[in-house]
Amino acid sequence: MTAEAEYAAVPINVAVNGINYDAVVEPRTLLVYFLREQLNLTGTHVGCDTSQCGACTVHLNGRAVKSCTVLAVQADGAEVKTVEGLADGDNFHPVQEGFREKHGLQCGYCTPGMIMTAVHLLETNPNPSDDEIKHALEGNLCRCTGYVNIVESIKWAAEKMRKG
Amino acid sequence: MTTEHEPNGLIGASLKRVEDPPLITGKGCYVDDINLPGMLHLAFQRSPYPHAKILSIDVGKAKTMPGVEAVITGNDISEKLNLSSSQVLPKMKIPPHPVLARGAVHCVGAPVAAVVAKTRAQAEDAANSIDVEYEALPGVSNAEAALEPGAPLAREEIDGNICYTMVKNGGDVDKAFAIADHIFTMHIASPRQVALAMEPRGIVASPDPFGKNLTLWLSTQGPHRARAEIANTLGFPEHKIHLIAPDVGGGFGSKGPVYREDIVACHLALKLRKPIKWVATRSEDFITTIQGRDQAMTSEMALRKDGKILGLKVKVVANLGAYLHSSTAGPPQRMLGMACGSYQIKDCRVEIVAVFTNTCPTGPYRGAGRPESVLNIERLLDKAAAVLGMDRLEIRRKNFIQPDQFPYTTGTGVEYDSGDYEKPLREALKMSNYDDLLRQRDERRKRGELVGVGFSTFVEPSGGAGFESGTVRVERTGEITVLTGSSSHGQGHETSWAQIAAELMKTSMDHVTILHGDTHVSQQGTGTFGSRSAVVGGGALAIAAERVIEKGKRIAAHLVEAAPEDLVQSDGGFAVKGVPDKTISWRQIAGAAYSGRVPEGMEIGLQETAFFDPKREAWGFGTHVALVSIDRDTGKFTIERLVLVDDCGVVINPMIVEGQIHGGVAQGLGEAMREQMLYSDDGQVQTGTFMNYAIMRAADMPPMILGETITPNPFNPLGVKGVGECGTNGAPPSVANALMDALAPLGIEHVDMPYTAPKLWALIRNAERKN
Repeated sequence: MTAEAEYAAVPINVAVNGINYDAVVEPRTLLVYFLREQLNLTGTHVGCDTSQCGACTVHLNGRAVKSCTVLAVQADGAEVKTVEGLADGDNFHPVQEGFREKHGLQCGYCTPGMIMTAVHLLETNPNPSDDEIKHALEGNLCRCTGYVNIVESIKWAAEKMRKG
Repeated sequence: MTTEHEPNGLIGASLKRVEDPPLITGKGCYVDDINLPGMLHLAFQRSPYPHAKILSIDVGKAKTMPGVEAVITGNDISEKLNLSSSQVLPKMKIPPHPVLARGAVHCVGAPVAAVVAKTRAQAEDAANSIDVEYEALPGVSNAEAALEPGAPLAREEIDGNICYTMVKNGGDVDKAFAIADHIFTMHIASPRQVALAMEPRGIVASPDPFGKNLTLWLSTQGPHRARAEIANTLGFPEHKIHLIAPDVGGGFGSKGPVYREDIVACHLALKLRKPIKWVATRSEDFITTIQGRDQAMTSEMALRKDGKILGLKVKVVANLGAYLHSSTAGPPQRMLGMACGSYQIKDCRVEIVAVFTNTCPTGPYRGAGRPESVLNIERLLDKAAAVLGMDRLEIRRKNFIQPDQFPYTTGTGVEYDSGDYEKPLREALKMSNYDDLLRQRDERRKRGELVGVGFSTFVEPSGGAGFESGTVRVERTGEITVLTGSSSHGQGHETSWAQIAAELMKTSMDHVTILHGDTHVSQQGTGTFGSRSAVVGGGALAIAAERVIEKGKRIAAHLVEAAPEDLVQSDGGFAVKGVPDKTISWRQIAGAAYSGRVPEGMEIGLQETAFFDPKREAWGFGTHVALVSIDRDTGKFTIERLVLVDDCGVVINPMIVEGQIHGGVAQGLGEAMREQMLYSDDGQVQTGTFMNYAIMRAADMPPMILGETITPNPFNPLGVKGVGECGTNGAPPSVANALMDALAPLGIEHVDMPYTAPKLWALIRNAERKN
């Protein structure tokens, strides 16, 4: 088999942040690289190569997934939301606002993944306990904050969202 | 510093960070987010062996693979492409550190060949196709084992495994030991940790079409220092390199030095005249980025029966790994200044033996020798108390350096600037309800539980390593641009520096822009590490601001035909004393400054630069108190309460300072509870991914109670001391002392960190069997 045949491209159709994309990808392309390199959505980060760190977390059909663990071809026909799709113009999503209010980020590298995980958590559990938040963050690593203010940020956002 | 105005409250305010909006919306720009037209990608073939001779490298297949533009090995490049280390001692041994292996490899992950291709996937495919034939050589991973007679040579080019030894004597240590009532010894080891900035290392190197200029985007903690190191290594003019540190996703010491991949990327970009990107995979980052700690300390302490510490001998065996980066040799030397901690021990001897092994190079990691020193002395104090049957608080208080003794010169000749160690101790005991903690412990012990209380009363030197710089420029419109030589990678300089500038200039933070991380924007700088930025970078900014204020005042006085002494700072500029309505704004002053309406003999313009070298470190201090328990059946270790009282002088932004403490504590507790980079005896990597290296996760963090005392630094323009490393310095020894207190009823006298369940379970079982 020639190299070219090995890497034969596959057409996919994905809706990302409400925009429909027709694209062609190598079968082995991970969703995170499709987002970053083909759509230039660089807010989704790569922090590891073993699906541990969660920096690449996005929503796939409404569920938080690690986009390094999904092939782009698996997203064919799906709806994807990335951190770039959260804010409404200049109005931050309450979780984004919470991270700023409560100093839930330092270097910011893990932040998009943290925020996407937190948004999904609050969509399914609007009033999580500290333990539930920490459990939800099991798959998201941060080396700067000690997680203390990330938990506070999510609580702040939960309260704001509950109050509407 | 003398400022005439009343503080307007910006310094000391918990203000939201100005750097956050792009970072929370996915609009940040890290190295991997840089994409240039025609950019190529770099990948490496690396050694799977800890130590081996390279017999042959077959790059034939790689060269023919799709997209490949270049394949090189160590034989294709000059041996001058070699990373150098500072020669800290004349006799220090510095074996070669070629950017691509030449003839042999000395640790897993050493790069053997490099491939450039059109896409990252193509580069990795081709790199993986390179066939390298090795002859395995014996290796060694533990530094103390490397000193044994007959140990394998980690670096066959040199005789023995010692890189350097250092001895420092203070006072008359032999006499102290001769007159002692008690002498005891202790051996303790700090586990090797991995820094694990969430953004792996990376570089984009872009030459101009003639190869005369090089633009670099590098994930670094110090753009100017990195540029100089790259220039020196490449033999390329420093001023022709434009180095930009864009958003940097954490560093913790590991992004201080320049790495082999950086040089290979620059070399190939210049050779091909095309932009090249390299970003480490996490797996590469784990085994190639400098790791921290990994020191073994053997100490002897001499005591008088009344609790006075008479003398101390410490021998450090430090594991440097296989190669020397520019910062590798430094951390063990911290013991020279810190061996005696916060205590008056004039008679002491510190010996350092720095050792090569077949492991990833080590270097500064958050604390960089401080955590090891604090752990050693704080464990020694608890042991001394046990030897004497004395209370652990009493022995500390008896030996503390007293407030009226500062500046205090230690036995090994290091000067501590200022301090009042009783202050945070008292506060921490109060906040932790210490007496009640002891009561609880005793009651629970009676019920058979393993419970312990411990504390550390530590010092934290900060703000060393020379100068930092600041420029304050008042623009024509009166708005202010600050150029700082300090470079932020999560610490929030853009916010804290704006607070400093706006407060000193009596203007709004919205009128201040902080620029950093770009060698073509700011004057020479040093970088952010060693808890130094607020101290040295903030200090330089404050001095520059004062100079601008002084000049601005003279121009303002000229404009209103008053004497400068008759003006005071007021919101947005100056006012005439006693006539608060008569104001002159920065906009008016700047207008005059740039149009020549200045006092006779004064240079036009309104910009000042300061280079600030405090020439002494700022010694922060604190007390951390821990309550811990161990599940007797499973060995599971729990930190039930952690009280942290730190004194870092004047606080610029309390929210940011608390964040620094949280993060430092998390990394410190990682060392105490979970994290250790493990190698087999010969150097094979055993914990090279997040799957088996137990980085702290959200649920691992114990409840923390933060407190503070404020002792302004008398030698700093802002009164600040550093804070970034107090969590890694103070928290682990408090936990260590609490754990040993919990195990004391079983007669267990020592266990090294991390305190994992299997380790504790085995110790408890053994002890129970003996009892």
